[in-house]
Amino acid sequence: MSSGPAPPLAAEVIRWSWIGDHLDDIRGNLVQHVELTGLAVLFGLLLAFPLALAAIRWPRLYGPILGFTGVLFTIPSLALFILLIPFTGLQIQTALIGLTIYTLLILVRNIVEGLRGVDQDVREAAQAMGYTPARQLFQVELPLALPVIMAGVRIATVTTIGLVTVTALIGWGGLGQLFIEGFTLDFTTPILVGIVLSALLAFAADLLLVGLQQRLTPWARSGR
Amino acid sequence: MISFESVTKRFPDGTTAVDNLNLEVPEGDLSVLVGPSGCGKTTTLRMINRMIEATSGRIVVDGRDVATVDPPELRRRIGYVIQQVGLFPHRTIAENIGTVPELVGWDRRRTRDRVGELLELVGLPAEVRDRYPHQLSGGQRQRVGVARALAVDPPIMLMDEPFGAVDPIVRSRLQDEFLRLQQEVRKTIVFVTHDIDEAIKMGDRIAIFRQGGHLEQYADPAELLADPASDFVADFLGAERGLKRLALIPVSAVKAEAGPVVDPDDDGRRALAAAEAYGSDWVVVVDGDRRLLGWAHAGEAAERGRVGDAELRPFQLQVRADDSLRAALNAMVQSRTGVAVRVSDGDRYEGIVTLELLSKEIS
Amino acid sequence: MNVVHQVIAWLTDPVHWSGPEGIPVRTLQHVLYSLVATGIAAVIALPIGIFIGHTGRGTLFAVNLTNLGRAIPTLGIIILVFRLAGYGIVPVLVSLTALAIPPIVTNSYAGVRSVDPEIREAAEGMGMRGRQVLWRAELPVAMPLIMAGIRTSTIQVVATATLAAYVGLGGLGRYLIDGFSQRDLPQVVGGAILVALLSLLTELLLGRLQSLVVSPGLAQRGAEAAVRAKVQKAA
Repeated sequence: MSSGPAPPLAAEVIRWSWIGDHLDDIRGNLVQHVELTGLAVLFGLLLAFPLALAAIRWPRLYGPILGFTGVLFTIPSLALFILLIPFTGLQIQTALIGLTIYTLLILVRNIVEGLRGVDQDVREAAQAMGYTPARQLFQVELPLALPVIMAGVRIATVTTIGLVTVTALIGWGGLGQLFIEGFTLDFTTPILVGIVLSALLAFAADLLLVGLQQRLTPWARSGR
Repeated sequence: MISFESVTKRFPDGTTAVDNLNLEVPEGDLSVLVGPSGCGKTTTLRMINRMIEATSGRIVVDGRDVATVDPPELRRRIGYVIQQVGLFPHRTIAENIGTVPELVGWDRRRTRDRVGELLELVGLPAEVRDRYPHQLSGGQRQRVGVARALAVDPPIMLMDEPFGAVDPIVRSRLQDEFLRLQQEVRKTIVFVTHDIDEAIKMGDRIAIFRQGGHLEQYADPAELLADPASDFVADFLGAERGLKRLALIPVSAVKAEAGPVVDPDDDGRRALAAAEAYGSDWVVVVDGDRRLLGWAHAGEAAERGRVGDAELRPFQLQVRADDSLRAALNAMVQSRTGVAVRVSDGDRYEGIVTLELLSKEIS
Repeated sequence: MNVVHQVIAWLTDPVHWSGPEGIPVRTLQHVLYSLVATGIAAVIALPIGIFIGHTGRGTLFAVNLTNLGRAIPTLGIIILVFRLAGYGIVPVLVSLTALAIPPIVTNSYAGVRSVDPEIREAAEGMGMRGRQVLWRAELPVAMPLIMAGIRTSTIQVVATATLAAYVGLGGLGRYLIDGFSQRDLPQVVGGAILVALLSLLTELLLGRLQSLVVSPGLAQRGAEAAVRAKVQKAA
């Protein structure tokens, strides 16, 4: 073992005063984190719906769509972000596009599975009563597919919150910047703050979405 | 009125589900499509509201070729009830029933009133309107399904094994209630089932299909049972065809015999003579008001001297004029006398129905 | 595009294919770290997940572990561990391993859990004891989901190892990190391409491995089950 800098464990782990001094920066990071996550999930949903509907309308598309998005999902996030740079430069779009691509796979899959999971009898009854395909989709099938779709939104959101920190390595990062700071300043406090806040953010987001799901599906609550 | 003109349905894999069907369903009638699985009955039903498109031929509903009508429009005017019901889990019962009213643009008040009407019509308590489907029993869900189909009072109803998913007791009750309902509303109904007994019970007319989509016979139940058009139909009707026919004929259709009738105060020898004349060893005992008291052994009456002194045995089962001959047969086999007595509503003796009379009626 | 030419040039430059900072060496390092971390994680996580699935105890833990894992930022953990334990292969590998555990636990739990109770009953009815039921009946049927968990975990480790280059670990991630700080676009993009290729190759190989390990009778079940399980887990 080299004798390098002082044994790290002896260094103070949390300096509360640092937190106090940097509240504004921390808040800024948090806001950026929330913005990136929110936008990525939103764009992901907007893109995933038409793709999912296409996959349902033409089932032969589903395999290729899953395959393609699956391939993108396999690529490590850092690599994906970097591969976008030649095309979109080093602006925040790069981070956003990369994050959106990841949410896309999860959401497309969940929307398709959710819609497919709607009872065949319910669909037949709706069609036989005279629903046009569009109304049937929005008034019958989507509400019933909501639990599975929301599950996807939850997973996508929590995953994205984690991925946003990686974008710190290409210049953005939200709370991830705290990791970089802690690393370059040789200082544990920001790292811990970053980890704790990310985890808390993820839990809070998940809880919020669960609450949203409950509100949107009142029929699942009553009775047994 | 619904008519099929040379309608054929062939699926992409080559199977012919319906083969050159020609059928006319009269208005206000309940027509049953029945047959073994694979006979095309459900396919036929679903071509009426274009859930399945015919390969060739025309289907005309109320004067219009269904192919010329926009499917959602067409379906909003046809009630549809399926075995699994297909209630929307995410809507309350009231909202479910109000589905088509909402689609065609009724205002809320009208829909709400109609829902109340329908719940009463199908025999459900008003409280269920705010519940969700999963909170109801199978039988209740079936009723909601029927109510939903009736919501905008469509002239035509399509029903595919609607009572199949419940147990026999509930099913029988639902069938009876539906028949009573149909008496009131007299819709044109096409009803699919695989159960011949249900077909006979429910149908004004029955269409029997064979595998491959061939229509074998289309007639009212009595005619069907009396005159099956082919061996297939006879087989499908079942070996107990005779009994099934009896179930459809009322006792009043047969002229009851007077029989050996005596008064309790009559002399026993008189009883013996009456019995011998009739050809039995028993007599029917009736009082001054023509009220049925029972029967007695003629010989025993003769020994005791007075009819009333012999042991008076009751008739366990009696039939009325509007009971079926099947009930009469049932009464016959349960009596030592071997005949069925027919009485009026006031228990007044009207005559005797014998096995001979029954056989003559259906042969 | 000029960038494309530059990247191709970088990738085909023989200099980059030799020496301790060459592509072959770094690829080997990356593969090695990934294998070790996933291997150890599997050794730890499989028994835990299978146990929870088989006995039904601790399900809350198993179900929520992946959610927990997803919520914790991997980069942060790696940097934290580096801060607390200094640089060294071991601490980094420990964090890689720790982060690889959740998917394996959750998926092997789900896999064993999803086995039809009728299969279990048939096995017991034939006279198999608990452990035999597990080995002969449950595990083979749970294989698709267990393999899915291992695949997810491996891909994750490959990705995390890429990130670990930030704190000094070798492997292909070095091209990304170094290239970025040197503002060397061809290196950065070239490195990203290599990492992407490695991941895809890994996924393909694991796919083949899965079809070898999983009985052909379950092939269909595997594909559907994996998707459905992922999709309905939190619903």
